[in-house]
Amino acid sequence: MLTTAAALVAPLLVLAIVLVLAVQSAPAVTRFGPGFLFGTSWNPVTLEFGALPFIVGTLASSAIALALAVPVGVAVALVLAEPGARGLRGAVGTGVELLAAIPSVVYGVWALYVMAPFVYLHVEVPVVQRLGWIGALSGPPRQTSLFTASLVLAIMVLPTLGAISRDVVRAVPKGLRESAVALGATWWETNWKVILPAARGGIFGAGVLALGRALGETIAVTMVIGNRPDVPASIFAPAYTLASVIANEFTEATGPVYPAALLELGLVLILVTFAINLLALLLVRRSVEPAR
Amino acid sequence: MSDLSAFRQPVVQAARPELRAVAGISQNKLRIKELSFYYDRTRALKDLTFDIPERRITAIIGPSGCGKSTLLRVFNRMYDLVPRARAQGSVLFEGEDIVTTRRLLELRQRIGMVFQRPSPFPMSIRDNVAFAPRLLGWGSARVKEAVARSLQAAALWDEVKDRLGDSATSLSGGQLQRLSIARCLAVNPEVILMDEPCSALDPIATLKIEDLMVELARDYTIVIVTHNMQQAARVSDNTAFMLMNQAERCGELIEFAPTHELFNQPRDRRTEDYITGRFG
Ligand SMILES: Nc1ncnc2c1ncn2[C@@H]1O[C@H](COP(=O)(O)OP(=O)(O)OP(=O)(O)O)[C@@H](O)[C@H]1O
Ligand SMILES: [Mg+2]
Repeated sequence: MLTTAAALVAPLLVLAIVLVLAVQSAPAVTRFGPGFLFGTSWNPVTLEFGALPFIVGTLASSAIALALAVPVGVAVALVLAEPGARGLRGAVGTGVELLAAIPSVVYGVWALYVMAPFVYLHVEVPVVQRLGWIGALSGPPRQTSLFTASLVLAIMVLPTLGAISRDVVRAVPKGLRESAVALGATWWETNWKVILPAARGGIFGAGVLALGRALGETIAVTMVIGNRPDVPASIFAPAYTLASVIANEFTEATGPVYPAALLELGLVLILVTFAINLLALLLVRRSVEPAR
Repeated sequence: MSDLSAFRQPVVQAARPELRAVAGISQNKLRIKELSFYYDRTRALKDLTFDIPERRITAIIGPSGCGKSTLLRVFNRMYDLVPRARAQGSVLFEGEDIVTTRRLLELRQRIGMVFQRPSPFPMSIRDNVAFAPRLLGWGSARVKEAVARSLQAAALWDEVKDRLGDSATSLSGGQLQRLSIARCLAVNPEVILMDEPCSALDPIATLKIEDLMVELARDYTIVIVTHNMQQAARVSDNTAFMLMNQAERCGELIEFAPTHELFNQPRDRRTEDYITGRFG
């Protein structure tokens, strides 16, 4: 009885939050209908509210962050899971815990004053010069952009991603590694063909966890993404995320519609996060099932 | 180890008497010379010297911890996975010293290994067997042929031929162990190392593997570590008995002899104590 009650607390709480958000955002929902999700302009003065720039900004920054962080995290995990890496494992483990403990506002400040100028000079400018003819990589380069935000997100999720992946890889039965090596597989072949397939469900889970963090990350992103409510045309363009716009504009939102629109953005953020977790759950379930 | 007296009376039947007759012409496949082994600073094996004949089954027996697995893992350099482990002395394999060779991948392809617990890769039965052939870059026709041939050689073909695409984890323990054997047969090894291959199996599955070993010994050199002395007596042609040297805490070779000799007229007192169950 008590356990069922306890088990129900979390879902009920979530449901309550969603309900409150839904009720509070009702003025915006009734006024804009589904068009809210596809509207591309956000103008509190003319009371035009479209969520698309923020949805795109949120999904794009998180997706790019993961695309950058997952390969690095998995590579780190594989190296750390090596039998000979015991000393390294301890040192890196401590480092990871320290990194995970840094408040995100500190990441934001560092990203804004240190990382962004560096990346601007050494990545954005050269890339735009050489590959600017590709739409998604076109200029002009800017210090605060979708790319900068993605990069800081990648750095922020990397420690957790690496640590979980390392544990997942280390949990792969020793016999699998030995069998592969005994069949003449190289280090690379062993990891790529046997260890990673065996660990893929867990690594996927780590990725989803990281994605959850990236989607909701607010302050560090707000400081470097440029905060422009347009659907970004290039990864070097400024953008805006759902979490950032809520944080930035809530204090000055007045009238009946503006705050409701912001709350509806919150609702969208929650639903996006849910949808992604649900999708991940389904995918993990499929990947855990025996191969046919 | 309770009832071993059974071995003392009836002469242990040679696994393949017809082959035993020509034992003299068998060449030595592995020539172990003054082999010592260290895990970091602790010595695990001390000065082992003996020869493993070609196309025969050589059993390695001895109490737990005496270094049987360690010895077996020298033969295909599995110990390279253990940080700071090293071997001293030599193991000649077709004239090449295993201890110092740099051609590890080729070595492991020519000297396959079957582990105590089968570890099916998370893929289909077919892909498991095709794993090593594909590493060698064989074409698909050749891989297909190798899969069928090695599953047949491992006496598993009839049971799985209609479900090669199924996940390997759907097989039983005995089938999995035969899959492990098929997996290492796929690239035509010369030597097969087996570390207690039957210890997780029921008696019927065990007998199946033993029959298979005897069958395989026509074409392959087999080295098997076993705790089961009946098994050593049933399948092997030669037996090496190892023991932990109590003073130095490292494994030694006590006696190496044709199996029927070792079990019936052991030359060393300690061998006799062990096989009659008076040990420890
Ligand atoms: N990876 C390792 N690192 C350090 N010492 C080890 C390692 N593996 C084995 N040893 C030690 O080497 C000795 C021999 O071990 P080994 O596994 O070869 O024995 P074994 O004869 O196979 O025993 P069992 O019959 O129980 O399998 C033991 O004292 C063991 O503690
Ligand atoms: Mg052992």
